[in-house]
Amino acid sequence: MNARVRLLALSSLVMLVALIVASTYWQAWAAPDLANKNDNAIRQISEFTIDRGLILAADGTVLARNRVVRTNNRTYYYRRYPLGALTAAAVGYATQNRGRTGLERSSSDYLTGADQSLAGAIKQIGDRLLGSTIHGSDIRLSLNLAAQRVAMNALGTNCGAALAIEPSTGRVLVLASKPSYNPNDVENHYGRVLRIKSASCKPASPLSDRATQGLYPPGSSFKVVTAAAALDSGKFTPASNFYDPGYCTDYGQRVNNFINHDQIGPEQFGNLSLASAFQHSVNSVFCNIGIKLGAHTLMDYARRFGFGIKPPIDLSSYTVAASGLYQGRRLLSASEDNNGDAGRIAFGQYKLLVTPLQMAMVAATVANGGVLMRPHLVDKVIRRDGTVDKIDPQIVGRAIKPETAAELTQMMEAVVSGGTGTAAQISGVRVAGKTGTAENGPGRANTTWFVAFAPADAPRVAVAVVLENQTGTGGATAAPIAREIMQAILASTANSN
Amino acid sequence: MSARTRELLILILVGLITATGFASVYIARQNEISPVSLSYAGFFFVLYLTAHVVARFTVPDADPYLLPMAALLTAIGLTEIYRLGQTDALRQGLWVVIGVAAFAGTLIALRHDFRRLESYKYLFGLSALGLLFLPALPKIGHSVNGARLWVRVGSLQFQPGELGKIAMIIFLAAYLHSKQEVLAQGRLKDFGPLLAIWGCAMLVLVATHDLGSALLFFGIFLAILYLATARLLYVGVGLVLFLAGSAGVYQTTAHVRDRVTIWLHPWTTGGVPCATHGGALMPRQECGSYQLVKSLYSIAQGGFSGTGLGKGTFTLPGGGNLIPDLNTDFIFSALAQELGLVGIAAILLVFMLFTVRGFRIALVAGDGFSKLLCAGLTFGFALQTFIIIGGILRLIPLTGITLPFISYGGSSVVANFILLAALMLVSQRANETA
Repeated sequence: MNARVRLLALSSLVMLVALIVASTYWQAWAAPDLANKNDNAIRQISEFTIDRGLILAADGTVLARNRVVRTNNRTYYYRRYPLGALTAAAVGYATQNRGRTGLERSSSDYLTGADQSLAGAIKQIGDRLLGSTIHGSDIRLSLNLAAQRVAMNALGTNCGAALAIEPSTGRVLVLASKPSYNPNDVENHYGRVLRIKSASCKPASPLSDRATQGLYPPGSSFKVVTAAAALDSGKFTPASNFYDPGYCTDYGQRVNNFINHDQIGPEQFGNLSLASAFQHSVNSVFCNIGIKLGAHTLMDYARRFGFGIKPPIDLSSYTVAASGLYQGRRLLSASEDNNGDAGRIAFGQYKLLVTPLQMAMVAATVANGGVLMRPHLVDKVIRRDGTVDKIDPQIVGRAIKPETAAELTQMMEAVVSGGTGTAAQISGVRVAGKTGTAENGPGRANTTWFVAFAPADAPRVAVAVVLENQTGTGGATAAPIAREIMQAILASTANSN
Repeated sequence: MSARTRELLILILVGLITATGFASVYIARQNEISPVSLSYAGFFFVLYLTAHVVARFTVPDADPYLLPMAALLTAIGLTEIYRLGQTDALRQGLWVVIGVAAFAGTLIALRHDFRRLESYKYLFGLSALGLLFLPALPKIGHSVNGARLWVRVGSLQFQPGELGKIAMIIFLAAYLHSKQEVLAQGRLKDFGPLLAIWGCAMLVLVATHDLGSALLFFGIFLAILYLATARLLYVGVGLVLFLAGSAGVYQTTAHVRDRVTIWLHPWTTGGVPCATHGGALMPRQECGSYQLVKSLYSIAQGGFSGTGLGKGTFTLPGGGNLIPDLNTDFIFSALAQELGLVGIAAILLVFMLFTVRGFRIALVAGDGFSKLLCAGLTFGFALQTFIIIGGILRLIPLTGITLPFISYGGSSVVANFILLAALMLVSQRANETA
């Protein structure tokens, strides 16, 4: 019988070893994943005993600070957001019962001091054993508060978003989304957030960050990418000649140009160059370019600008959407692009959906001579011991040749100086831009766009503005907002330089 | 060094560990805890000294490691229960006293020859059935989280299944020992008892809605049956029957179905109908799998080294509990958070050592009944540990049985001390004849 007893003993031990293995899985392997679950109240409450770091704007203004509360002999650090809705889209919130979003979520390791060097980590373990309070690091953002304020005011009661990036570094200067909400209400007055309504869009969805996760048809603003592909592939030059009958024939069907309400029927331009087709946003020309290049080449260039994946911005990936061709809610893979309707993709229709962040990245890449920089919000990490870590700019990759970028810049300048985007003119500054007006079907309001950068000869800012449910064009509605934001940034950087 | 002296030395070590544990809880939570409670450790030590003295007189040659290991596990449980709430700790302390009394009583009553239990086998068999089905009775039966495992008489409530388990093991060991030769031939008509016990297991499952109890009960039966007959075929047939029966119950019983769904998909991104909220749509982690998921968060929060005793997060700042049933079914998740992987691995190693010592006694025991009894009790101990912790760690569906020696609960403590006494009695007999 003893052999059987041994077998039984062995199986008992196997069961108990399985428990040790499973504990290791949950406590070591899966622990970071569980720590980030939004309903993990244990993690969140225990983090509230940490003296969380401040979040500061570029000028040092406090965007998030702590309110100290003592209950049941424990000290908790609750968050306050002095500027409320103004920076909610970027900063987000950290609460005990509604999780965290924005930088409060993505930069939590900095803010709770969990990113420390080895020496710091050892000190933190010591603090924990002694029961003393753990202090997190402060983070300083690239956010330009003056321009952020201008952007939020300019968006006004519209539903939409605006984003500004410093092209040479990828520093995000403005991240604005409307309608917004007051992050101070989330913990205890969530009903107020839920009750937010907008006359411009239903539902108002104030908690969704439209700048990074709002997916919109890009309309003609996508012609920047199409033109980049046309020029960079060497198949076309700005002087390439076209004939515009007012439509193009795509898949045997007529695709009309934009309907100009001053005329009867679609606009017709006759003979024109690629540059002037870009200046006046002539759909039929881009439609033909798209057919010539093919969907694969078009989307390949789009990918070089960052389409197809979630942009590598330092926000948590839950709140960032990838731009590209969508079938329902599913992003199509590169191999599925080939079947796409190249003619319509070329002027930003078909299944194309983009985020304002992605379009700002496109503008910034052109402004930066064709090199895409990683967009980021956190500029510096300031530790409690006084050491400062600067977050260095990172190159994502080269999207187009410098010559292509230069030609494209000239073409975009012409849009502002004498094309569809004249509303973005700033006196004394050369502005490059592109309008977009995506028609959402007959009788439905437009999604309007303006993407731009300035000064065209030495760019310091690239912007993307999107507005939902507009009756006007991108040039009339979005371009003035983009102008105000660029002016604000150029004014403040001129002062500091 | 004699076995009992060795036991005493290890008990002193356990006493020191206990004192350290209570002291660290006190240091972490001195705002809420009076220094008087530090005397708990002393009281605890005196209690186990008494148990040791009884063992010295009744079972001088018994295994010296079992009692200290049981003491250590009880001390860990009591420390954590004390950290979670002092009134529960006081009650649990009282139950440990009763448990030690039951331990001493068992040792004294059976010190001459425990094997006379064998002649009362049908009495044990019947009382086991009675105890297992007691919670299913109307009026006194009482369900917690959908499983009917409790009996409530007045203000007293207990899980009779714990004692039923031990009575069942005594019956099985005695019965199968007497029928050993007949069963080993494996004739078809001898499958009768197997089918009868399987039927009982299924009835337990249907009556209590608890997959864990049924699994424990049937697993012990198969283990002892295999030991007695050496026929793996019985085990195979038994397992197939059990799976088939469970599948049937799964089809018919919503509670069992829910448990399995929670086990497979604790997290949902969208809403699912929530029965406890009037069918409102909500993510499953906020409804059916709330407890399991919160417990996993607690375990993960512990990480490698844990938060330290007394420093874990189990309540909302306002005072509400984050994890329901923390000190009974989920005491493991509390320990996992405060002691971390290091502490949990150590505790599981103690469980393993206890199991190894138990089987070692079965190996050296001289007669078949002793072997069956001892191996059955030890296997039951290991299987119960696996079922409850495995449920918490999502290895198997979660069920509401207690963690031996550690969980809060009177019936569990008393039953496990009787189990300990039985193992030591067998050990004494084996060592004195050796």
